[in-house]
Amino acid sequence: MLNMFEVIETNHMIEHEKLDVRTITMGISLLDCCDSDLEAMNRKIYQKITEKAKNLVSVGEAIARDFGVPIVNKRISVTPAALVGGCACRTPKDFVSIARTLDRAARDVGVNFIGGYSALVSKGMTQADENLIRSIPEALSVTERVCSSVNVGSTKTGLNMDAVCLMGQIIKETAEATRDQDSLGCAKLVVFCNAPDDNPFMAGAFHGVTEADAVINVGVSGPGVVKVALEAARGQNFEVLCETIKKTAFKITRVGQLVAQEASRRLGVPFGIIDLSLAPTPAVGDSVAEILEEIGLERVGAPGTTAALAMLNDQVKKGGVMASSYVGGLSGAFIPVSEDQGMIDAVSAGALTLEKLEAMTCVCSVGLDMIAVPGSTPASTLSGIIADEAAIGMVNQKTTAVRIIPVAGKEVGDSVEFGGLLGYAPVMPVNSYSCEKFVTRGGRIPAPIHSFKN
Amino acid sequence: MSRTIITVVGKDTVGIIARVCTYLADAQINILDISQTIVQGFFNMMMIVDMEKSTKSFETASLELERLGDEIGVKIKCQREEIFTSMHRI
Repeated sequence: MLNMFEVIETNHMIEHEKLDVRTITMGISLLDCCDSDLEAMNRKIYQKITEKAKNLVSVGEAIARDFGVPIVNKRISVTPAALVGGCACRTPKDFVSIARTLDRAARDVGVNFIGGYSALVSKGMTQADENLIRSIPEALSVTERVCSSVNVGSTKTGLNMDAVCLMGQIIKETAEATRDQDSLGCAKLVVFCNAPDDNPFMAGAFHGVTEADAVINVGVSGPGVVKVALEAARGQNFEVLCETIKKTAFKITRVGQLVAQEASRRLGVPFGIIDLSLAPTPAVGDSVAEILEEIGLERVGAPGTTAALAMLNDQVKKGGVMASSYVGGLSGAFIPVSEDQGMIDAVSAGALTLEKLEAMTCVCSVGLDMIAVPGSTPASTLSGIIADEAAIGMVNQKTTAVRIIPVAGKEVGDSVEFGGLLGYAPVMPVNSYSCEKFVTRGGRIPAPIHSFKN
Repeated sequence: MSRTIITVVGKDTVGIIARVCTYLADAQINILDISQTIVQGFFNMMMIVDMEKSTKSFETASLELERLGDEIGVKIKCQREEIFTSMHRI
């Protein structure tokens, strides 16, 4: 039978160490909503989402109450809109009507974000893909809850450099279109390489075409729990350190697994995966940077940061994998700058640079995330940053992404406030040398040699 | 069996267990196990209860116990047992 110490430990994690389930995300396929008539298609999309997800929020709240564990977000991901909308949308404007429908459906079922305003163009773009991409600046400026992502490369296909080049411009246009909100639109736009089909975390969530009609994916969190556990292991060697992280990751993930199974049962929707990521928030004590500092770095960004992060990421996976029957999504440690107080402090102190962040993305999940740069950064430089990050993903057979915000009207030294979970960020300097001739060559970078495994 | 863990934490005072147990008895909630200790002057209690024959729903009992806790000056929390077993048992 349970003993008191176990009960106290769990409740201490919840009440003092910010243990929570970050998101229950319902993936919904919209492939059966295709219609050559745009209005009819929008109607079908709205009906399908509001029918499938009508109980998502109330069930999430009931589970949180029953187990006494906070479930921070309830969200929806849908089939990439470029695939669904292709048969009716002839222009970027047509696609914007789908964004509005997604936004309305999300608002009416009470979720805070809906992901899947996306295009998968890792090898080439159809006309529909291109129209969707060109509609992103307007779509993100006229909607509140819609998140967009574009997959521009993969280990199997190489990098679509035409798409990389285009995305630099689209990010700039999105920043300009949402200028009065500190270019907030860019915080809802992710450029991926090797995008996973079952990621529950925003802004990059979409419901892949390999998925069932509807599915429940759950993202766990808990950097604060890991940090507190490591405080007890101060001065110990790496063996003890790794064991501590693994045990803690196991416990965190078990809570996610329980919540996922319960949500799946109560909603009558199959359980997909647990994404066992350490997802920070701007709250003090909920930071991945603080874990790295607890491991022994004076500040994140100091020499040794990449090694510490590699170890942390690996141990989180090793502990988490045994705790869940299905693991997927991004699974690892997130290092968003604006959403992590320790990262913000490190950037402000001059300890953490864009180049070091890029190195860190080689060994953890996701990539350059929630980074504010000067609004004057040229589109081609943004494309260069995307290309670098995508190349890391392509060659290392891992997911990488770029969510960068060239804040209109702001320069290095300023800071931007996105609010809520998106946090705030100091504007970081970018290397000012040009890569324009490189990114505008046109065509594709071929798949790397080690992708030919057949 | 529908097992729930009730935790009571707060400043020690006369009659905490009596008040909580009276509420549970009135609601036909059966107590399976109680552990209680005082840590640095703070009262800590954990009860494992069976709500199978409870006359109140989990939600109602949970809210009413929380209110009872406010009256006594302690924090009372109800959670389904699975969150603890899944975390601490393989």
